[in-house]
Amino acid sequence: MSAIAFPVPDASILARREAIVAGLAALVPPRALITAEDERRPYETDALTAYRRLPLAVVLPSSTAEVAAVLRYCREQGVPVVPRGAGTSLAGGAIPQEDAVVVGVSKMNRILAIDYADRVARVEAGVTNLAVTGAVSADGFFYAPDPSSQLACSIGGNIGMNSGGAHCLKYGVTTNNVLGVTLVTLEGEIVEIGGAHLDAAGYDILGLINGSEGQLGIITEATVRILRSAEGARPVLFGFPTSEQAGAAVAAIIGAGIIPVAMEFMDKPAIEICEAFAKAGYPMDVEALLIIEVEGSDAEMDAQLARIVAIAREHGVKTVKESRSAMEAAAIWKGRKSAFGATGRIADYICMDGTIPTGQLPYVLRRMDEIVKGYGLRVANVFHAGDGNLHPLILYNCNDPVEAQKAEDAGMDILKLCVEVGGCLTGEHGVGIEKRDLMTFQFNPEDLAQQMRVRAVFDPAWLLNPAKVFPLEGRIAA
Amino acid sequence: MIVHTPTTEAQACAVVRSVLSPAIPLTIRGGGTRTGLGRPSQAASTLSSAGLTGVTLYEPSEMVIAARAGTPLRTVVETLDSRGQMLPFEPMDHRPLFGSQGEPTIGAIAACNISGPRRINAGAARDSLIGVRLVNGRGEMVKSGGRVMKNVTGLDLVKLTAGSYGTLGFLTEVTFRVLPKPEQVASLCWSGLENEAALKLLSAALGSPFEPMAAAHLPAGIGADTSRTLLRLENFADSIAYRSAELTRLLADYGAPQRIDGEASATLWREVRDASFFAGSGEAIWRLSVAPSRGSSVAAAIARVLPEARWFYDWGGGLIWLAVPSQGDAGAATIRTALLRTGGHATLVRAPDPLRAAIDVFQPLATPLMRLTAGIKTSFDPAGVLEPGRMYAGI
Repeated sequence: MSAIAFPVPDASILARREAIVAGLAALVPPRALITAEDERRPYETDALTAYRRLPLAVVLPSSTAEVAAVLRYCREQGVPVVPRGAGTSLAGGAIPQEDAVVVGVSKMNRILAIDYADRVARVEAGVTNLAVTGAVSADGFFYAPDPSSQLACSIGGNIGMNSGGAHCLKYGVTTNNVLGVTLVTLEGEIVEIGGAHLDAAGYDILGLINGSEGQLGIITEATVRILRSAEGARPVLFGFPTSEQAGAAVAAIIGAGIIPVAMEFMDKPAIEICEAFAKAGYPMDVEALLIIEVEGSDAEMDAQLARIVAIAREHGVKTVKESRSAMEAAAIWKGRKSAFGATGRIADYICMDGTIPTGQLPYVLRRMDEIVKGYGLRVANVFHAGDGNLHPLILYNCNDPVEAQKAEDAGMDILKLCVEVGGCLTGEHGVGIEKRDLMTFQFNPEDLAQQMRVRAVFDPAWLLNPAKVFPLEGRIAA
Repeated sequence: MIVHTPTTEAQACAVVRSVLSPAIPLTIRGGGTRTGLGRPSQAASTLSSAGLTGVTLYEPSEMVIAARAGTPLRTVVETLDSRGQMLPFEPMDHRPLFGSQGEPTIGAIAACNISGPRRINAGAARDSLIGVRLVNGRGEMVKSGGRVMKNVTGLDLVKLTAGSYGTLGFLTEVTFRVLPKPEQVASLCWSGLENEAALKLLSAALGSPFEPMAAAHLPAGIGADTSRTLLRLENFADSIAYRSAELTRLLADYGAPQRIDGEASATLWREVRDASFFAGSGEAIWRLSVAPSRGSSVAAAIARVLPEARWFYDWGGGLIWLAVPSQGDAGAATIRTALLRTGGHATLVRAPDPLRAAIDVFQPLATPLMRLTAGIKTSFDPAGVLEPGRMYAGI
């Protein structure tokens, strides 16, 4: 695939590579600087593996001070910087370019403090999402945002992309769960924003930084909310004869005043793929599956499920299957959370991430099917039904360039459809390079110009993750 | 004074463009019930949202409502109520505290990030605000976010707008995520606890699986002779019964709580939300946001210097409403010195205009943050026509 353009590398930077590497070597210990080609190779892409560019050098600092020194140096030298968490971005948010230095926070992976009285944890940016929960789960607490990549992805990356997950219907996404950060600006200044208190002072710069895709600075530490886990949680499978009925059931559950902690949708192709992988006991004779999770005491879960089951029956549910053990519950979630990986076993795929108003669900499902079939391809759908965040997986063969191009085109058509029905290009994966050139479908020139002017306050020279989010043409520097 | 009252977005853009050269600053006005917030207005003219009213979108099954900025909050609340829904963040009404008249607008809720007791659990107004349309200081229409709750497309100017007090743009339309109203609401009230013990109780409750939706402590003298420590539960009726019993058992060391239902519970929380214990007094009113576990020591440190200080706690101890004599610097130096040790920030909410002009109403920011703040202001409003100086002198 070659549809997404990269900026032409700055020849003067490439020519100065040795001097730049020497300059970096003076700032960080030898083990923090990666220069050999074969060692830089792992950093040439992220989870959007169709695109790759070998970076000039990779720096893996161990402290905020080292990050500051590296950023100050890169700014002085006019060298682009690509921040990197764990490199799990599906949107290409961490893909470098040939004239850029990758600054990765993976070595900054300490949990600095846990405070149960205030229900916060202070962590370094390279700590994985799941490690935060892991550090507090024995005491009955958890960190709420739970992207499918939570075993690998970092808190710094989560903040950069404002990551979501399956449980944000009740608990919100990253921006709702971060109370403070240490931000290193391109000038090398260390800025403390927020803390263990709610609602940081002044403009909501914390809110601006969440989801800014590494374009405003590099996050080195964060204060995140930790929550007390419910007494119990139970995922239940609901199989429906049609997607329309499943969608109507979701609307009716919300209409009845019930907010389950998660409501996940899978269509038949996705059910088949995930069941073959996870053996979760998904029903195979239905067209649509909802995984609905409830929380509380046993009696509370029974009561809430009774209400949900009654609504599902009104909407023609064919199969209702409760998890009867922790193992069964884990298998149900394993199937859903490994949907991307399981799909990767049978075909190459690209994963879209648009959000739509849930009332448009039947129309959008039908149109998506038509779009993908129109390109002669197949699609499997998994998505967060409560909030309309779609994840169509378009299957193709990456060794066939024509098919690969068709898959990318079908994906773009689907995202345009999401915008047309009142939704957006990306619900939780971010824009990255992947959706950069579609931004003009969602935003008019004034909207984008205002975003770029805000961006320029932090980085007037466009050195921080420069090839991302905004179309390459028409950029505003101040 | 000129009052501009556009009835369309195009008219609002034209108003802003008309004041750019020479620059004539505008004060932005919704219902006029909170004009005492921030530093006193520096503007000669007013841009009012009164001509931009009406709910533009309401989809109960999608839990989303949009309204033009000048729509009375009452209209939004009644619209939601008709379908058993509500705004998640329980916005404060400033009328009791300011003694102001008029109808609060939904735009001001967004512009000033107005939340209430529910913020501790359900997030602030900024967490439920999912879309804005605004006129920036160039007279351009700018939108950010939209009508879906999961949206990470581009920079989040929605959050930046929330709590910017009109200094970044004139909001024309706002979109909020909403929630179903609970089947039942009940409060538990423990009497006679000292501040430190009370905040420990609130912390234990908030760290339990029983999900208090609000947690406040009213020391003796605040609305009653005896101190009251309050938790609010919102849920299905059978869950309320179960969770009340569990919390009572968990917190047995603090004594047995009294259960308060119905209108009595609603009235009590309205008083907490609106800080109406301080209505009509001549005191200066501060709002401190701190880590909850620091709430009691911060207030004690301030009271050692300002013995007349009165206060109460919301947000499990993390929000301190503080009343001090409206003299000198109204305690600004004392309060902010106390916060140096604990972190957090203090906002002067109510004080006479000369006092709010003379001292920092909002917490002064560290130098790099202040520079970013000034840059952001300029990026929206290069001519400085939108509420200049409302938050920080010169910005």
